[in-house]
Amino acid sequence: MGIFSPGFVGRRRDANPLLPPGQYEVSNFPVLSAGPTPKIKLEDWAFSIRAGNGDLKAWNWETLMAQPIEQFTVDLHCVTRWSQFGMGWRGVSLDVLLDGVDTSTTPYAMAGCYGGYTTNVRMSDLLGGKAWVAFEFDGKPLAPEHGGPARLLIPHLYLWKSAKWLNSLTLMDHHELGFWEMYGYNDIGDPWKEERYS
Amino acid sequence: MVDWHMARVAEIHEETATARSLRLKIDEWPGQLSGQHIDIRVTAPDGYQASREYSIASGASTSPDALVEVSVEELPDGELSPYLVRGVEVGDMLEVRGPVGGYFVWRPEQPEPVQLIAGGSGVVPLMSMLRTHAAAGHPTPMRLLYSVRAPQFVFYMDELMQLAQQSNDSVMLDYAYTREAPEGWARSVGRLTRDEVVELTLPPSQNPITYICGPNSFVENIAMWLVELGHPAERVRTERFGGA
Repeated sequence: MGIFSPGFVGRRRDANPLLPPGQYEVSNFPVLSAGPTPKIKLEDWAFSIRAGNGDLKAWNWETLMAQPIEQFTVDLHCVTRWSQFGMGWRGVSLDVLLDGVDTSTTPYAMAGCYGGYTTNVRMSDLLGGKAWVAFEFDGKPLAPEHGGPARLLIPHLYLWKSAKWLNSLTLMDHHELGFWEMYGYNDIGDPWKEERYS
Repeated sequence: MVDWHMARVAEIHEETATARSLRLKIDEWPGQLSGQHIDIRVTAPDGYQASREYSIASGASTSPDALVEVSVEELPDGELSPYLVRGVEVGDMLEVRGPVGGYFVWRPEQPEPVQLIAGGSGVVPLMSMLRTHAAAGHPTPMRLLYSVRAPQFVFYMDELMQLAQQSNDSVMLDYAYTREAPEGWARSVGRLTRDEVVELTLPPSQNPITYICGPNSFVENIAMWLVELGHPAERVRTERFGGA
């Protein structure tokens, strides 16, 4: 474009190769939500996966905790431009939860949440050790503001794809847009390609 | 929307000692809805770039020639805000992308009463809604509850008063000062309490839509209270900044 601002210096934090384009680092895990925070009791919590053929696989809190739990450390990137590094989580891999589910005819999925939020993701973004149902952050149960009891966590995509207050995952043979995606945010949301908007 | 537009700083208005409003003439601007925001990008002479999101304070517009106002508060650890508040001058060029967002939005065709609740600089997108409401001569109630540190930190003070005076009683303003109030102010300083929120906001019986914008802890508390008071969660829209 060729315009520049002579008086602008910027903060020039050390160029961090872990920082995707247009992002800056924070250490305080900001909160962004479109409405009030739903309060869900553990005894009322449930999560289900609906396969393309209509089959339903479901967990309550107890049966989720009985799954193999992973401890993992990831960097998160929010479309509002903050990134936070080295965040420690516990959760169950989507590979575990989708085990035995036929995904061959369903390249798309829609995550559904308590409170009505939805977001669309590709199956390829959920499988292969890239996504979890996460319920613990920084050694503590996940706070409601951050999506507790459990949220989807897909660290390689902008954080709006990591749906808070996760309740369901619907596998689909066709493409649909979720909540923010219908309001102009990107269909895929890869921070390294800076896919913020559609 | 992905494209960056050239934008000229056409007017600058000092809002408070730490904030100012920039009115931008943006090339090929499609206009905006009330509540939307823009990305502003600034490039240093050596090519270093930084960009941030700012809420639009101007009312809704479809005119490509209308100036677009953003009100920027300088953040202590900010990267772009110190430049926008103290560095940039009338005539300078920036780049703008947007408008962005479609949920935290008020449209004049919405028939229900509107409650706006602002914490500090969270008043900016709500000001856009008030301006749109005024421009439309909208008859339905729009009530603003504005929590702010002290009188000298109030944005749009004179214009807010005018909007209320000229609104045929459809616009109501309530200020809650958290650290310092004008002399003789009846309310003692401090954060909004649940009882005050009950008293100073439209009740669920009027079936309002409520927009809350401010620091996260402020928004989190008030949104929780409103739901407890019987407002349906989907009628409470929030925009937040800062950490948990």
